[in-house]
Amino acid sequence: MESKEVRLMKGNEAIAEAAIRAGADAFYGYPITPQTEVMEYLMETDSYARTGMVVLQAESEVSAINMVYGAAATGHRVLTSSSSPGISLMCEGISYIAGAELPCLLINVSRGGPGLGTIQPSQADYFQTVKGGGHGDYKLLTLAPKSVQEMADFIAEGFDLAFKYRNPVMILADGALGQMMEKITLPEQRPRLSEYPDWATNGTPEGKERRFVTSLNLLPQQHELVNQRLQAKYRQMEREEVRFESIMCDDAEYIVVAFGIIARIAQKSIEQARAKGHKIGLFRPISLYPFPIGEIEALSREKRVRGFMSVELNAGQMIEDVRLAIEGRKPIGFFGRLGGMVPTPEEIENALYRQFGL
Amino acid sequence: MDVKDIVKPENLVYRKSRLMSDATFNFCPGCGHGVVVRTIAEVIEEMGIEHDVIGISPVGCSVFLYDFYKFDVVEAAHGRACAVATGIKRVQPDKYVFTYQGDGDLAAIGTGETIHACNRGENLVIVFINNGIYGMTGGQMAPTTLEGMKTTTCPRGRDVKTMGYPLNITPLLAQLDGVCYVTRHSVHTPANVRKLKKAFRQAFENQRDKKGTSIVEVVSNCNSGWGLTPKAANDWMIENMFKKYPLGDMKVDGKLVMDMNAPR
Repeated sequence: MESKEVRLMKGNEAIAEAAIRAGADAFYGYPITPQTEVMEYLMETDSYARTGMVVLQAESEVSAINMVYGAAATGHRVLTSSSSPGISLMCEGISYIAGAELPCLLINVSRGGPGLGTIQPSQADYFQTVKGGGHGDYKLLTLAPKSVQEMADFIAEGFDLAFKYRNPVMILADGALGQMMEKITLPEQRPRLSEYPDWATNGTPEGKERRFVTSLNLLPQQHELVNQRLQAKYRQMEREEVRFESIMCDDAEYIVVAFGIIARIAQKSIEQARAKGHKIGLFRPISLYPFPIGEIEALSREKRVRGFMSVELNAGQMIEDVRLAIEGRKPIGFFGRLGGMVPTPEEIENALYRQFGL
Repeated sequence: MDVKDIVKPENLVYRKSRLMSDATFNFCPGCGHGVVVRTIAEVIEEMGIEHDVIGISPVGCSVFLYDFYKFDVVEAAHGRACAVATGIKRVQPDKYVFTYQGDGDLAAIGTGETIHACNRGENLVIVFINNGIYGMTGGQMAPTTLEGMKTTTCPRGRDVKTMGYPLNITPLLAQLDGVCYVTRHSVHTPANVRKLKKAFRQAFENQRDKKGTSIVEVVSNCNSGWGLTPKAANDWMIENMFKKYPLGDMKVDGKLVMDMNAPR
């Protein structure tokens, strides 16, 4: 009989426990607030004794992401986690991983920037995550959890997507999700890989062609082909991997678009507004890349929908993608708090009334 | 006598390692890289470990290593070879992993990765080519560029007052507890190549026996970057590079064997 294991956990601990249970082979990281509990938990619970999962504290985020690159090149399930300034340091390596078409899982428990910023929750790394970060034409398949449960659930899913596309997958969380405790149902333990993909450079098997991993193509004719292959992969992601949650949008006259932790708060605002008779819905993109453009476009074509508002923990980043999806069909407003500040449900509720003239 | 009378198995004195591909080297004629690259292949072939070896080729003249070898190779970003090697080795401790790094890669942009991999005693072989210049980008100053030596970014010679001193990094690495073997060689004579080959063998055996990090430095030339003929480059190397970077063992089997009081 299957017994579901329920536990009260911090988001960061849930990431770590889920990584072990997802059959991860290695975690390479560097301490940074507010995600240090990820590595601490892995060491404390002794992932190596449990499954053979290697954990190593690197001397920098630059080194950590290159360790990830190495293990990924040999076809292993490998992850790292960090927070905004650390992710900035990793961007070089992330670009190489994307260019060399290697699978890995990245987690950004993001905090307020720019610079050293603050250790409080923020969504100011949206642009960095979905519009590039490192150099070159690449995309990170990005999932944005809203709860500790989703922090855990997205780990195994993230690994599977990374291997499906041979592409890095990012889980874009924030300091609130990392630090808050919730009751979650833990995923089942799955085994670590016992066989590795054909492309993995883990020693040339007898009688087989040797493999190599590179992101270098000096001939532009060749390199354009590589880029075209990458783009074809991204188009496939756009067709097959869009994820979203639609709450009370079916009869909504106004739509709030929000991702991650702020979507949780905005849901409360909407429920309060609904209690006062205002038909407002919440659309939550879960995959930030690929962005649910088609779904938002469809909502914007609904006659009853009179306006949108993007609510974010930044100065307005995702709103650019929402605006592109709406293509001017409906008005769109913005509400955000900056630098690690998180609004109350009432602040968002009042912003809705102001925006929509209710 | 016809050529067919000469090319016979019994007359064979040297053959290219079967782990080398038929790709044309992109190294300049007279450069030491090609000799080092093929010597590594010979050692791997002789040890019979080619199915368990993974080479790391970071940015620099080393970056095309994967074209020359018939075993698995992973390219790495500039300076990150030791981190990439660590990532591989930790999940597959029974594989043989080596990096092939130039002086810019190992001693400038990758100093942190190198020192910390060595300090953790990662079971790796680090091959370090020291020719005192950035070859691939066209002859700029390297951390190992000698005092007064001219490069495109120190055209009036390296002024140590503003540009820093030549970084003699392997004696520093030798002092780290995680490091078991540090040795410095060259490939300008057949005798030196034979010594280098023995050093590579020792380094890979250390890795097999899980003794910690082994570092084999090769003081080499860069005749194109130095603006000299191959012969003149080797003469210049003997006269100048060997003074600052003398050949020989620095650490063997975990014990320092270099003279710590010798001028460095």
